[in-house]
Amino acid sequence: MRSRVSLSRKLFNVSNALFLTGVTLLGIVPFLHLLSISLSSNTAAMAGEVKLWPVGFSWDAYIYLGEKVEFFRSLWVSLERVVLGTIVNMLLVFLTAYPLAKSNEQFGSRTVYVWFFAVTMFFGGGLIPTYIVVVKTGLIDSIWALILPGALSVWNVILMLNFFRSIPKELEEAATIDGAGHWTILWKVFLPVSLPSIATIGLFTIVGHWNAWFDGILYLNSPDKYPLQTYLSTLIMSMNSMMTSVSVEQLKVLENLSEKTLRTAQIFMGALPIMLVYPFLQKYFVRGMTVGSVKE
Amino acid sequence: MKKLKKNYPLHVMLLPGVVFTLIYAYGPMAGLVMAFQEFEPLSGFFKSDFIGLDNFKYVFQLPDFNQVLWNTVLIAVCKMVLFLLVPLILALLLNEVTKSWFSRFVQSAIFLPFFLSWTVLGGIVIELFSLNGPVNALVSSFGLEPIMFMLDNSWFRTIIIGSDVWKGMGYNMIIMLAAITGINATLYEAAEVDGAGEWKQMIHITLPGIAPIVIVLSVLGLGGVLNAGFEQILIMYNPTVYEGSDIIDTFVYRLGIFSQQFGPAAAVGLFKSVISLALVSATYYAAYKYNNYRIF
Repeated sequence: MRSRVSLSRKLFNVSNALFLTGVTLLGIVPFLHLLSISLSSNTAAMAGEVKLWPVGFSWDAYIYLGEKVEFFRSLWVSLERVVLGTIVNMLLVFLTAYPLAKSNEQFGSRTVYVWFFAVTMFFGGGLIPTYIVVVKTGLIDSIWALILPGALSVWNVILMLNFFRSIPKELEEAATIDGAGHWTILWKVFLPVSLPSIATIGLFTIVGHWNAWFDGILYLNSPDKYPLQTYLSTLIMSMNSMMTSVSVEQLKVLENLSEKTLRTAQIFMGALPIMLVYPFLQKYFVRGMTVGSVKE
Repeated sequence: MKKLKKNYPLHVMLLPGVVFTLIYAYGPMAGLVMAFQEFEPLSGFFKSDFIGLDNFKYVFQLPDFNQVLWNTVLIAVCKMVLFLLVPLILALLLNEVTKSWFSRFVQSAIFLPFFLSWTVLGGIVIELFSLNGPVNALVSSFGLEPIMFMLDNSWFRTIIIGSDVWKGMGYNMIIMLAAITGINATLYEAAEVDGAGEWKQMIHITLPGIAPIVIVLSVLGLGGVLNAGFEQILIMYNPTVYEGSDIIDTFVYRLGIFSQQFGPAAAVGLFKSVISLALVSATYYAAYKYNNYRIF
């Protein structure tokens, strides 16, 4: 594009590329380090010899992981949660977004409903009252405690209704003339043409359920019902509470007591599914951000 | 009447969303009355005794409370400023990259941590900064004593702020990059004809061009001034660093769930919700006035 490239521009280009490479490494190196530890021998890992490449390469952590009941049990809970949670969330998003996508002339009560939902984006009861409500509705220690309190995401409803509104009016009018009611229009007309948005919102929902861990700590009493991320969080938090001992020597001993490679392997497995779908995530997420920012 | 009949399915569709929102969003809001009660879980919201403002008086005179408030605001403000500055600089630098594969690669690496949970990222950060972790190996290679990063209040606070910026900077960066790409190319051509160098073009075209989105992002960020990152701090902190990193949310969690002081914990939560609501309303109003920004 630019025909004459000055020396200072060349210098800038080189240093810019170097700097951005550095930032890129900041994004990648921590994960490489994690993977390397999990593939090293436990002694090398504990001695802190592992940097970016496994030292004393060994699959032991993953082999041991294959026999670890807690890991697979929580993995199964996570899968259950993702499937159930995504179905519930998506159904509610469709059902709520469709009426709200109507114009005020078509659906007179729309404004009332919009305010009813919008208020919850600005004000909430907070942790303690929500906890009490979950207790009183009998969800404690059940997987539904991880699904029902967050069943309706108002933010996703906004994304969906913005998309519904971009569907040409003629489609709906033609269906109405053919005698289709609202239910038929939603299922047979709107949803089939909304597949890209459904994929976008669905992907966010899946990732959200996979990553959530704190609700498990809060609402589940028995560790055998923990989803994977909650189980991982207990590993990390127990590590943390051991760290409070004061002297450097004690701390070193404690750090070594834990099965470092195994813990690291489990953390890596918690990140792996996200990394596998990351290319799609990135693509859809950028699209979702632009959908969400289009305002009338 | 005819309209009501036609719109009847729309109300039915909204019913599930309304029911869940009533129970799990408005329920806890109503439950905030417990902030004014000597709340007993067994008696519930209706039978617990009202004690006026005693809960508020009790928590405000707790010795830790001022420190907690200060930590919250300090951490949140640092994060807010960095969440604007760092993505802005990265977006400006990325915009100067001419090889699109390199730009895409850098963006992907920067955006990746955004999609991972704090269990995974917290685990990685704790490992990186542990006593025999890679960061301390670097410190030792300069001939310095290893640093107990996770047990030192000011180091820990820096790590909290830095790692959150690491996780989240990709989001604002991509929004800003999109805004830069959207600037009319003829402006640059005209400037070049007028003899403006690249530096001048950035100051007089690029920065004013993305000023609206930067202002909207900062205004919206202001609403979160009391959200300093609950899940992140909860998974990474330990009692030794409470002094420098205990924030309102972690304080409420320990007070309410661990110490079972539901009334006082809800009082702190209400205090936070009210201030946040005031800030959010003011900032949304400002964003609307300034840039016609609307969420609905």
